[in-house]
Amino acid sequence: MATITGHSELDSRPSGDVGSTSRFGDRLFSGLATGSGVLVVAVIAAVAVFLIAQAIPALTKDDANFLTDRVWDVDATPLRFGIPDLLWVTVISSVIAMIIAVPIALGVALFLTEYAPSRLARPFAHLVDLLAAVPSIVYGLWGAAILQPYVKPLQEAAGYALGWFPMFDNTAGVGGTVFLASIVLAIMILPIVTAISREVFAQTPRAHKEGALALGSTRWEMIRTAVLPYGTPGVVSAAMLGLGRALGETIAVSMILSTVSTFTWSIFSGGETFASKIANNAQEFDSPAKAGAFIAAGLVLFVLTFVVNAIARVVIERRKAFTE
Amino acid sequence: MTTADPTVTRPTGSAAPGLDLLSPGRVLRDRIATLLVCAAFGLAMIPLAWILWSVVSNGWHLLVESQWWTHSQRSITQDRPGGGAYHAIFGTLVQAIICSLIAVPLAVFTAIYLVEYGRGRLARVVSFMVDILTGIPSIVAALFIYAVWVTTFHAQRVGFAVSLSLVLLMIPVVVRSTEEMLKLVPNELREASYALGVPKWKTIARIVVPTALGGIVTGIMLGLARVMGETAPLLILGPYAAGINTNLFSGFMAALPTMIRENFGTGDAAATERMWAAALTLIIVVLLLNLAGRFVARFSGVKK
Repeated sequence: MATITGHSELDSRPSGDVGSTSRFGDRLFSGLATGSGVLVVAVIAAVAVFLIAQAIPALTKDDANFLTDRVWDVDATPLRFGIPDLLWVTVISSVIAMIIAVPIALGVALFLTEYAPSRLARPFAHLVDLLAAVPSIVYGLWGAAILQPYVKPLQEAAGYALGWFPMFDNTAGVGGTVFLASIVLAIMILPIVTAISREVFAQTPRAHKEGALALGSTRWEMIRTAVLPYGTPGVVSAAMLGLGRALGETIAVSMILSTVSTFTWSIFSGGETFASKIANNAQEFDSPAKAGAFIAAGLVLFVLTFVVNAIARVVIERRKAFTE
Repeated sequence: MTTADPTVTRPTGSAAPGLDLLSPGRVLRDRIATLLVCAAFGLAMIPLAWILWSVVSNGWHLLVESQWWTHSQRSITQDRPGGGAYHAIFGTLVQAIICSLIAVPLAVFTAIYLVEYGRGRLARVVSFMVDILTGIPSIVAALFIYAVWVTTFHAQRVGFAVSLSLVLLMIPVVVRSTEEMLKLVPNELREASYALGVPKWKTIARIVVPTALGGIVTGIMLGLARVMGETAPLLILGPYAAGINTNLFSGFMAALPTMIRENFGTGDAAATERMWAAALTLIIVVLLLNLAGRFVARFSGVKK
């Protein structure tokens, strides 16, 4: 019999299914899970390590200044290559894409969360998501073969009105301009920005919205005072993620952009981004010796997207800390 | 959505005029906002319809010929019509399947770690790195595999290397969707299982994962759809070949994106036709996977 101390004979004499208390399965399973998690971290570290290790030999042989010289000559000895042109085209095309996409994505997200009839909101959201499912090479194809003639008049008008400013100089006369690439990039990042904005808007506390409406706001005033302030960090983060996607987009940009021999600041001229430079020279990858310079460019792209994505992540984390 | 319906008309012109009557400016601003928001959605739908229409109208007639699905492009020059896309469809499917065989277990276990085991600093680092992996450009993933596979191990550029680089792109998609699903599994299920003396690993393997299986399958399908459309890794690691190659470890292997690229900008009518047909084939495969994924999600989601 158990005494008043609560100690029971049964406690020291297990009966029935004793099972294995060491639980080999538990250790195996948690080991596998933790191992997979660690592997993901290790892979990112390996990406950085391998890219740096492969870029350094090429960079030491580089006779030009990697950060400031406007040359790209990897067949010559010594090698001469620099990235400022690539950096400009990469950043300006992505930023313009972001400027076009974010307002539209905001509108679409508001439409899906606040305006669309609730029965249609879900199918409509799937339609927007379908834009993300279209492969990027199809975007490239469509942009280069179909959209280009439609953008040209737009470009000519802008060049006519604002051509005095070097960024809008429309005298290059190439078909695949940075502007065209930006429009296609904007369409490509639209679903990503929309999806994240939609998610944060949908999380707006109902009390805020109903409070605003009860005070007599119109629907738009309710959005402006309750939904938008609540969602701002999420939208900023969504825009950054879209920017990151645009910076790294490869095949669509490489199919659209015409390469030009002389660099201009104009967005109505061609050029190359980091990613399209690497893609356009894919045949150079038959020998590792020539690949080094491109890997160095890829490393810069990796750092750029890493920073942008990290910022996006930090912004959204801040918001979580606020609301919970 | 069940929020209060803001469209309910407010009483206008009541006892105290000017108090609850909306001023014309406010009404106007509200109307303009409604108009702009609806226009934004319409604007977003234009490219979707336009792209699908361009690809379908330019590509459909090759797809209805049976040899498109059964023949390769071997010994067919660019300016000559004929041949099919069997070699490229085969390459795309095989590379994606091999990729998912590696990526899915890794990703599912990573998600299990994040939801069931991960606490503290390591879990935060893993979660952060999954986000970084989500944003990694496909060309960087390809360069990384190139640096490992070709430069370091002096191996050839083959189909398997493409699959490896696709693994990097598939993992984050599957991790995130699996994680979301595992989080939806009610804690009561886990606790009930523990209370019956079931070990943790068995609880996860027999209770948690099966409950979330629909969502996990959806994530896998969306991941597959994403990697099948990727072109950048193919450019670097998997050059195009016109014939059928069933060996992942030797020789170049065709895939649909490289087939499109190969026929792009040549100016030949036959090549242009092939290019659109390959694009339509790719879109069909990707959209089917997407729709199937959403279908699975719809009918097997975790019931709340």
